[in-house]
Amino acid sequence: MTVSPVTAPEIRTEILGPPDIARTIDRIAHQILERNGDRPVVLLGIPTRGVHLARRLGERLTAFADRPTAVGSLDITLYRDDLRRHPPRALEETRLPPGGVDDAVVILVDDVLYSGRTIRAALDALRDHGRPAIVQLAVLVDRGHRQLPIRADYVGKNIPTAFGDDVAVHLVEIDGMDSVELARAVPTRGAAAQSRQGAV
Amino acid sequence: MRANSAAAVLIRGAAPYGEQPLDLLLAGGLIVATGAAASVDERAAAAEIIDADGLVVLPGLVDLHTHLREPGREDAETVESGSAAAALGGYTAVFAMPNTDPTADTAGVVEQVYRLGRDVGLVDVFPIGAVTVGRKGERLAELAAMANSAAHVRVFSDDGDCVSDALLMRRALEYVKAFDGVIAQHAQEPRLTQGAQMHEGEVSARLGLAGWPAVAEEAIIARDCLLTDHVGSRLHVCHLSTAGSVEVVAAAKKRGTAVTAEVTPHHLLLTDERATGYDPVFKVNPPLRTAADTAALRKALADGVIDIVATDHAPHASQDKETEWDNASPGMLGLQTALSVVIDTMLRPGLLDWRGVARVMSETPSRIGGLTEHGRPIAAGEPANLVLIDPAASWTVSGAALASLSANTPYEGMELPGRVVATYLRGRRTAGAGAGVAG
Amino acid sequence: MTTTVRQIEQGRAASGPTAPPTPAQTPDTAPIRLPRHLLSAGDLNRATAEHVLSTAERIEQAIAGREVRKLPTLRGRTVVNLFFEDSTRTRISFELAAKRLSADVITFSAKGSSVSKGESLKDTAWTLQAMGADAVVCRHSSSGAPQQLSAWVDGHVINAGDGTHEHPTQALLDAYTLRRHLGPLVGRRIVVVGDVLHSRVARSNVLLLSTLGAQLTLVAPPTLLPVGVQAWPVEVSYDLDAALVGADAVMMLRVQRERMSGAFFPTAREYSRSYGLDGRRRALIAPHGIVLHPGPMNRGMEITPQVADGAGSVIVEQVANGVTVRMAVLYLLLSGEIEMAGGTA
Repeated sequence: MTVSPVTAPEIRTEILGPPDIARTIDRIAHQILERNGDRPVVLLGIPTRGVHLARRLGERLTAFADRPTAVGSLDITLYRDDLRRHPPRALEETRLPPGGVDDAVVILVDDVLYSGRTIRAALDALRDHGRPAIVQLAVLVDRGHRQLPIRADYVGKNIPTAFGDDVAVHLVEIDGMDSVELARAVPTRGAAAQSRQGAV
Repeated sequence: MRANSAAAVLIRGAAPYGEQPLDLLLAGGLIVATGAAASVDERAAAAEIIDADGLVVLPGLVDLHTHLREPGREDAETVESGSAAAALGGYTAVFAMPNTDPTADTAGVVEQVYRLGRDVGLVDVFPIGAVTVGRKGERLAELAAMANSAAHVRVFSDDGDCVSDALLMRRALEYVKAFDGVIAQHAQEPRLTQGAQMHEGEVSARLGLAGWPAVAEEAIIARDCLLTDHVGSRLHVCHLSTAGSVEVVAAAKKRGTAVTAEVTPHHLLLTDERATGYDPVFKVNPPLRTAADTAALRKALADGVIDIVATDHAPHASQDKETEWDNASPGMLGLQTALSVVIDTMLRPGLLDWRGVARVMSETPSRIGGLTEHGRPIAAGEPANLVLIDPAASWTVSGAALASLSANTPYEGMELPGRVVATYLRGRRTAGAGAGVAG
Repeated sequence: MTTTVRQIEQGRAASGPTAPPTPAQTPDTAPIRLPRHLLSAGDLNRATAEHVLSTAERIEQAIAGREVRKLPTLRGRTVVNLFFEDSTRTRISFELAAKRLSADVITFSAKGSSVSKGESLKDTAWTLQAMGADAVVCRHSSSGAPQQLSAWVDGHVINAGDGTHEHPTQALLDAYTLRRHLGPLVGRRIVVVGDVLHSRVARSNVLLLSTLGAQLTLVAPPTLLPVGVQAWPVEVSYDLDAALVGADAVMMLRVQRERMSGAFFPTAREYSRSYGLDGRRRALIAPHGIVLHPGPMNRGMEITPQVADGAGSVIVEQVANGVTVRMAVLYLLLSGEIEMAGGTA
């Protein structure tokens, strides 16, 4: 999920800071190992931030499992179902690890799970690359409001949100810092009320 | 000549050649009185009064180069529609080029065109006879027969094509001396312009369109001027389009060669950059050239190296223009916009005054064509072939609204200065409110 | 070169041939701006051209090594190939590109359709309008026909080669191929040899490669260079040997033997001797240099079979890259216009 500029007055709350995120990734890595045992997994990050999360997760998995974990990226832009509604989006990198995905345990990694359409596109893209044995999903944040029957196998944090809310994930590789923020729109009752509340 | 049954007309306060305004009384096809004498004349009492305050009056314009398309392409233009366009453009006489179907290369066809023009009666139509049979450039047409016909042809041209064979051109120049004819040459060396689409230069290189080099025009003019000297004849150069051609004609005139030259309004205003959108309305032969050429042409017209403006009015049906560039027919409309373009390119910048406009658009073309009733001074006793112009007005060109059956004007949507208010052919109004033609 | 004309019309004083006009590119910092139609390579500024090439790279990545070489991106869109001029190679390339993006493809080719029965360009356009074509890929023997077509249809028009004017997707695939082997093209010396006068490939490449910062030299006999080439952002030479020394790439253009009848050169033999790429000349270019040809080749005329099939020849790869690049063009055009600062994908 990309950070969207918020123009209305809002309250920003930090949900996860840097140590929280690191702990969360560690926990997910352990959960992956617990669930899949000795079976090697292939992590595919969904650009943009999912790629970095996948890489970090892969590092932790490699450390814990004491064997290298295959990590790659899977761009889903060309599989989106809303291409006609927006100007052409820039394409991102697709790089599958050398072993491919046939018969593998593929774990898709993304930062925020919301409507589920991104993951659905990822499943379509993955299908054209080969036939994994199993596909699982790891996300840093699940903010609810699914529009498709899709669920994550590994969730960093469940953050209940309202429709006007925005969940902003920042990663040091891109944004210079690690944090997960919830931006909640402030309901306004006219200009006087706005000025009373001041800048938030 | 039909008897002129028009009522008398008293034009009040028109300025001949933009000079002192005075009154003009027209009756019986002539200007019968001017100035104070006009209003006291007994015929003024019953005359139609025209308030010409602020208007300029010139001798009716004469176009030495027009395509009326009839016979053969009546879908593009007829003598009637072309005459209407001419009258609305301020013309009282036009010379019709012979590239019709059948070609005007016999007494029969030129007489047919002449009669059509007379029957329509909006402008005097003088057919031009082809130089060679079918304009094929192989053998001479019956020039004397055309000269002696009812059409009294004096101007001969294969326009559309060049009389490129040097021997044939020499013979034609010699032959017309017998009846004081003039050969009007469309200067285009065919071997240098095979498949040519536009001026050969930077724009054609960019657009990937085959080039029409300036030298293909200049070389023929140079040759023809020398031939004209050698045989002692008269030459007229059609639609001069390049700075180099100006130099050739200037040098020839300095030598005393009996050569005259015309320039089209579009070559005074438009350049080859117009081809950039590939709109074939800008495809014309000779092609639009560079800005340096238009500047040289304007100066030459002001100096007299170029003698006249001629429209080369070339109507084309829409399917011949709304197609691929190299499939399109070359040519532009010109009769209704010519005066405005001359006002824009020559009068406004001060290169010509109204006397100069009258000279290049009426007097000299009339002289070259051998006419006696057009291009005359605005004075009592002269034929009443006049045009009233509002110099302060302007108008927006719309191809669909022009009188021509075709709409291929390169000035579509442009606002041009000056407006023809009324045209009089032998004292009868042929254009302007209340005329036989919707103004 | 269309862009250059706009610059001229917008402000330069009327003048004869003075200094050559600035090349077609806008400044390096100009944002990506996809035109509605791709009619000329000059329609693309530097950022946009690089964006198209990067998009092609990403697309190639996306389908590399896959069995299912298909993407659902243009599902439900209609792409019409309007080929007034015979061209199996380009037509198949565009068909494949559109089909790999799951678009519906319809091909009108010159033979056996209303096109050959003399239906006018305008009427053909109206038929396409009625069919609701999202994109029209137009190849025509008349320069300017795709541009005229774009005035009559709502869909996006892609020029697949018009007369002797331009062939923008050919230039894009050439640039893509060059980049792949040479890296960034800024400062790279590229020699283009052959019938420049009649070559739409040459015109598009001059525009695109100079936009991307390469240094071009055109080599041809004087008869095959257009009057007005002095205004192009290129060097011109009649000496092929001298021009090839140390060049990073040489692009050979097809030369038709039929040009002899227009007295452009006396014999095919003399042409080959002076301007043909044989092994000796091939060895003059830089060690890392590559040889390109838009095809179809006149083996033995402008290029010897040994060079065409030899080391450093990327002629076959050009064809494969053509599909990828055309997929990128279709994707970008059919999704509208974007404005992005910088130029990274």
